[in-house]
Parts: sequence; C-alpha cells; structure tokens
Amino acid sequence: MAAYGRITLRDQFTGMAFALPFILGVAILLIMPLGLSLYYSFCHYTMLTPPIWVGDQNYRHLLSDHAFIRALINTCIFSAVSVPLSLGWSLLLALLLNLPNRLRGIYRTIVFLPSLLPLVATAVIWRWMLSPVHGPVNLLLRKPVEFIGWCAADVAKALGAAPATIGHLQNLKPPLWLSEGRWAMATIIFLSLWGVGQTVIIFLAGLGEVPQELYESAELDGAGSWRRLRHVTIPMLTPVVFFNLVMGIIGSWQIFDLPYVMTQGGPGRATLFYSMYLFEAGFQQLRMGAACAMAWVQLLIILSLTLLAFWSARKWVHYR
Amino acid sequence: MSASSTDKSLSGRRRLLLHLALAIMAIGYLAPLFWMIDTSVKTEKQAMSQSPAANLSSIRNLVIPHPLRVQNYAKVIRSPLFKLPLYARNTLVIALLVAIGSMLSASLVAYSLTKLRWYGRTVLFWIVLGSMMLPFSVMMVPLYRIYREFGWIGTNLPLWLPTFLGPPFYIFLLRQFYLTIPNELTEAAVIDGAGPLKIWWYIMVPLTRPALTVGGLFSVVASWKNFFGPLVYLTHQRTFTLPLALQSFQTRHGGVNHTLLMAATVLVVLPIILIFFLSQKTFIRGIATTGIKG
Repeated sequence: MAAYGRITLRDQFTGMAFALPFILGVAILLIMPLGLSLYYSFCHYTMLTPPIWVGDQNYRHLLSDHAFIRALINTCIFSAVSVPLSLGWSLLLALLLNLPNRLRGIYRTIVFLPSLLPLVATAVIWRWMLSPVHGPVNLLLRKPVEFIGWCAADVAKALGAAPATIGHLQNLKPPLWLSEGRWAMATIIFLSLWGVGQTVIIFLAGLGEVPQELYESAELDGAGSWRRLRHVTIPMLTPVVFFNLVMGIIGSWQIFDLPYVMTQGGPGRATLFYSMYLFEAGFQQLRMGAACAMAWVQLLIILSLTLLAFWSARKWVHYR
Repeated sequence: MSASSTDKSLSGRRRLLLHLALAIMAIGYLAPLFWMIDTSVKTEKQAMSQSPAANLSSIRNLVIPHPLRVQNYAKVIRSPLFKLPLYARNTLVIALLVAIGSMLSASLVAYSLTKLRWYGRTVLFWIVLGSMMLPFSVMMVPLYRIYREFGWIGTNLPLWLPTFLGPPFYIFLLRQFYLTIPNELTEAAVIDGAGPLKIWWYIMVPLTRPALTVGGLFSVVASWKNFFGPLVYLTHQRTFTLPLALQSFQTRHGGVNHTLLMAATVLVVLPIILIFFLSQKTFIRGIATTGIKG
C-alpha cells in the first residue's frame, strides 16, 4: 500500500475486500432493483401473478390518468413554491442568527428543534393547531378576521359594492385550512418552513467559513453592511446555496409523510402528491407495473432538474 | 463559528429590531410544541373549549390548565390501543441495529475509498454520490418483491439488515472525515508491518470516533423518524414503530380524543429531543460537515 508506485494484485484485492459491503449493496440493493423495476414498468404486474409484458402501455396510460396528472401538477406547484421559499427563509434566518447576540445559541436550538420531529408528529400537532373550531390558530384569528371583515364591509358599502360582496365580508371567517383545497396546499408548503432547521444549520456553517479578511477589506473600501452582504456574504455562500437547492429539489419531489398523515391527499385531490399516488397505485391498487413506470418518470424529472441546477450553477455559483 | 458580517456589536436601535424579530420567530417555532404539551395535560372538555370569555382568568385557564391532568400520560402508557412501551422497544431495536450496521459497513467502505489504492475506487465513489440522489420509489417495488421471497415482509428485517451493506449517505459522511486523517499515519503503520484490518481497527476507528458518533446519532434519529419504511414493510400492529403507531392512533381515534393524542405525540418525540440535547454540539457539527465539505 505504498503511496506511490504500481497497484499490486494484493492492493486491488484488499481494497475491494474492504469495499465489499457496498459492492454487494450496489448489486443487490441498486442494480438488481433498478433493472427489475425498469422491466416491471413495461409489464402488467400485481406481484400476486407473474409479470406480463405489455410494452409502453403503463407509460401511455399515465397521460390519460387524471389522478396522476393532478399529482404531477400538485408536486410541480409544491416544488416550485416551497423550494425557493424555504431556501430564502432559511437564508434569512441564518443571517439573523449569525449576527452578534448573546442569546443566539438558544435561538438556533429553537429553530432546529422542529426539524427533529418525525413528520408524523409534525402532521399530528399541526392538524390540531389548525383544527377549524377548537384549534388555537383559528381561536386567535377569529376576532381579528371578523373585525377586518366588518371594516371592509363598511368600506365596500361606501363604495357601493354589490350586496352579495358586502354580505360575504360581514361573514368573513378564518379559513378551514386542511378542508379547503388551496389552503390545504398552502399549509403543506408553510409547514416546510417550520422544518428548515437543517438547512439553517448548513447555512450558518457556510457563513462561518467566509474569510474575515474579505469583510475587513470591503470595509476599508467603504462598503456598508448592505453592500458587504450583497458583494461578500452572498457570493461566498453560493456553493452552500447550491447544495441546499439540489437537496431541496430532490426532497420536494419525494414529499410523502406530511400530506399522507395530514390530508390523505384531500380535500378531493388538492394535496395528492407524486409519491403518494405512486404508493397508492402500487400497494393499494396492486398496479405494481404502473407504479414502476411512475417511479421512472419521477427519476427522470428529478434527474433533469438536478442537471439543470448543475448547468445553471456555472453562471451563479462562485467556487473559491 | 464566531465569524459574522459585522465584528462590532450592533447599534442600539438595530439590536432592538434584531431581538424583536428573533423573539417573534422563536414564538412561532415554539408555539406548536407548547400547544402540544399544553393540550396533553388538559381534560378533553378544556381542550375543546371554544372562544374564551374575555376575562383574564379564562384566558389563563386556556394557557395554563388547572389542574394539570398528568393522568393523560398514564392513560396513554397503559392504553391497550396504543402499546407505547412495545412500540418504543420496536423502534429502539431497529434504530440500534441500523446504527451498528451503518457505521460498521460505512467505515470499512470509507476507509477503502480514502486510504487504500485500487482500480475502480473513484468509480465506486461516484456511484455512492449518484445513489444518494435516487428516489427510493424506483427501487421500492422490486425490493418489496425480493424481501417477500425471503419471507421478510411483516418483520423488521428489511428496515435494518440492508444497512449492513453500506448506506451511501454514511459512506459519504465518513469519507469527509477520513480525508482529514493524514496518509503519513497509515503509511507509517504499513512500514511497521500492520495489515489493513489492523490499521482500520487500531488507527482509523479510534481517530474517527467523533465521526462515528455523528454518523451513529444521525442514523438513530433517521431510523426513529422513518415512516415510509415501516408503513410498507410492517404489517402487524405488534411490530409497529412509534411513528407508524402514532399515525394509526390518529386515524382511528384522532378525531375523538385530542388530549390523549397529544400526550402520545409528546412521548413519541421526547426521546429524540433528549438525544439531541445530550449531544447538541456533535449533532450540529455533523450537519454542518455534510453541507460544507461536499
């Protein structure tokens, strides 16, 4: 195992022996399942009977499957909104938590705490928080919302609005959250902000690695705090932003636990996400072939978005 | 980690603004946890009370229930429907086996990838990185079939045995640490006549104990939180893990008994929060490492 010189047969053997667990893992847990799943995706397969080859039928049927299209659109919306939102939010939190402050250790712990909870627990807690009649959120919101409604109704009356609008405003109530389609989606997106703890920690670590000299020389050049943020901190942080972006994209396309426990995809299919429908098709309707086809489409989507991110990285990520 | 965009402390008004912003944020992040504990010590009637009357004592009763119903916890622990001690044991057994399996296999593989020279190790590292990005759904159906052939469905084997085959994330994590160990150290051991197994056990493992602690903690927490795996593979109530049991408790009784549901939730999340507070520094440093040194 000399550092330089030829790799002997013995070196080769030793190296592979130590890597054997993973080499076996690649064969059993990666290559074999990938091959089988690609094969099943072209088959009618229930797992109870042997697979029957049906060509690209599973893939073609996806296009006419309304539930699938809905799940696809929902996941697109979720990913497109929640990924940038939680990136921006966690960056903001990290910047605030990085400012000199005697209590910042405690604040960091507080922000991190929710991300430790199993998502099932998060779902159960927030279902109770957002319970329309007895939940604390609506308990808190009811009076203010009614008040705003009354004020708005008066303004509408003065402006000569239709009686229906005025009536609606006079009866303004806080949303029913999980029972209203758009609010249910908004709630799931909002909850991803409650669990950004890990991302914040990674940003904080990135902030800690920015060389102090850069700030000192920027200050000598007369840069104020805003310009130091804009021209020193943000550019130096772009590799970390990129890492969190890629992780966010991959994670968002696989969201499952939270909506599965909170809404079961409802109301209607308003919060039916890709992985949920895939699970339903495979393990509840026993359409394993279709589930595999969906999984391959999902893989291709995640792969192209990741490649897109890598391609765009050349334009905005500053590597030291 | 004391570096920040301004070395000097902030001016008075700015500092006040910062404290205000942080305080509001902290309340937002803590309120649900507070309300969970709060509901767990109320009677069902107190929990279901609607808008409180606008006087101080009724608002105080809403926030600090009187008397505290600690019996809810006893009720949950003894409940025949939610066998908490059993689920806790199931979860703990899986978590410990996952930690052992992941750390043992990942440290062997990471050692091979960083300190042993052989053809193909670079390719193998790219496979490690690539497979971390694969969605589990692609492997899900065939793996289920394979485990079914083995007769593993309904047992906890699919949840921990595969971790003995080197989970990519932990190989990556340990590799980041192993790269920081100077090659001179292992080379000197070779000159002294130590074989690779000895070097791994007597040099790498002791020197990277902090890394193994981080990885072990991560894998325990990840396994404790896992919901999808147990949902797919565990079919009998008596094998359930805590998150799966909590979900089934909620679907069957959640609409009826909020106080017991919240008490159960507190008991499910408590161990993880305890682990975190006992190992805060190690934990945070571990997360930072995965994101920065990549």
